[in-house]
Amino acid sequence: MIRFENVSVQYDKSEPVLKDLSFHIQKGEKVGLIGANGAGKTTLMNALLGLLPHEGTIEVEGIEVEKQNLPEIRKRLGFVFQNSDNQMFMPTVYEDMSFAPLNYGHSKEQVDRMIDDVLEQLELSELKYRHNHRISGGEKRMAAIATILVMRPHVILMDEPTASLDPYNRRKVIDVMRSFDRTMLVTSHDLDMIVDTCQRVILLSRGRIVADGKTDVILHDKALLEANRMELPFRWSGNRE
Amino acid sequence: MNKAEKSLYEIREMDDLAAGDSPVHRLWPLSKFFVTIAYIITVMSFHKYDLNGLFVYVLYPVVMFQLSGVPVRTFFRKMRIVLPLVIAVGVFNPVFDRDILLYVGKVGVSGGVVSMVTLILKGVFALMASFILVATTPIDDLCAALRMIRVPAVIVSLLLLTYRYIGVLTEEVAIMTNAYHLRAPGQKGIHISAWGSFLGQLLLRSMDRANELYASMQLRGFQGNFYYREGKKARFADILFLVLMIAVFVFLRFFPLAAWIGKLVVR
Ligand SMILES: Nc1ncnc2c1ncn2[C@@H]1O[C@H](COP(=O)(O)OP(=O)(O)O)[C@@H](O)[C@H]1O
Ligand SMILES: [Mg+2]
Repeated sequence: MIRFENVSVQYDKSEPVLKDLSFHIQKGEKVGLIGANGAGKTTLMNALLGLLPHEGTIEVEGIEVEKQNLPEIRKRLGFVFQNSDNQMFMPTVYEDMSFAPLNYGHSKEQVDRMIDDVLEQLELSELKYRHNHRISGGEKRMAAIATILVMRPHVILMDEPTASLDPYNRRKVIDVMRSFDRTMLVTSHDLDMIVDTCQRVILLSRGRIVADGKTDVILHDKALLEANRMELPFRWSGNRE
Repeated sequence: MNKAEKSLYEIREMDDLAAGDSPVHRLWPLSKFFVTIAYIITVMSFHKYDLNGLFVYVLYPVVMFQLSGVPVRTFFRKMRIVLPLVIAVGVFNPVFDRDILLYVGKVGVSGGVVSMVTLILKGVFALMASFILVATTPIDDLCAALRMIRVPAVIVSLLLLTYRYIGVLTEEVAIMTNAYHLRAPGQKGIHISAWGSFLGQLLLRSMDRANELYASMQLRGFQGNFYYREGKKARFADILFLVLMIAVFVFLRFFPLAAWIGKLVVR
């Protein structure tokens, strides 16, 4: 489904930010990409989306991420930005949601039906005609997820989806993520969220993969996490109150 | 709220006004667009002493404000910066043009005073008409309408993106001004020594945001062409409004109604 083979990425002439990464993600897998700030999580996503040049090979469903394939690649990938304000640019939730399907040539009637389906599924119907700048942070994150789901992507990519959400909205986003029946790659340092949503974890440190395996195993490894500037998920840390 | 937050609020207030509903909002955007242009052209074409003829044109904005439910107060509040400029344009006319043009009772009124008032009214009328257009027509509808009359996609997209970019820029200014004032309490404005870094930061930050927004568009299949909401179709009423208003403007331009009524009354 997604294949990275000896991938390196660098900004400018400086040291590469991603160094010689290789991994596969199978269809239907839900993978957490974790690592401290600056580890290169966002950079990896951007390379996968073809927003940054890379060395090595990246493939999505057998199609190589290259300039001439980008429209095909991007149709398959739905990316939820870390900052929803930078993702949504149309005046209302409805118009933002119609942006992608209209670009992909769906008719107005089809688009309306697709939008209503997604809004119903996420229980967001009352947001439909609201203005993007008039909804709360939590609602905005949910709306951003809706604008991606309406594209019916094969893979969902999320960059820190629970960052800056209150517990209630964080829980809502996690529930939605659990309900996805698609391949998913999520970056975060909210390790409790990763435990709830992903079966597999890839641990990134200074642009290298330092661990790749079952969530249960890696996120129980206190020494490994602390060596990479992270802490055990709260539920496994033993300090229950 | 700091100044930037206020302007942001005002941009959004225009969006909210435009999202309202009224007979004027429901008019076909192109009818409104062309009627507005026709109005401005006729108003501008009046002779500088023709205060009489010009004055009836106040009716159009007044009626439109009434029908649309857009408060006239809002117009004056939003135009408070532009209005003085419009007024300033004619302010020297009375100095240069002192020939007595007409008498009100026993007081002679010079040509300069008449032309000053005419000029001011022209400016205010044109502003009011444009304001009504913008306050009752969402920017996207206007863009869709412009596309329908074959204005090139590049130009329309540019218009739309500029409008949105102003929002982004203002938002960044708001955030940064707040951050500045939290650390420089009691200071008015931003100290001149900080301007350079402030502007640099502003540029970088808004460029970052603009980049991400552009990425978001590309990732969702944007190929340089906005698919505007299905442009509204013109109803009979819209065409009627267009034709009738232009006819009325032209008629009033060449047949001085006010003078006739005046004569009738005097007889
Ligand atoms: N546009 C950029 N130009 C140069 N360096 C960058 C840029 N974006 C990120 N970096 C650097 O790349 C590294 C990884 O950043 P990033 O992928 O954003 O990390 P993460 O998302 O894991 O916090 C950081 O050291 C950061 O300073
Ligand atoms: Mg990041």
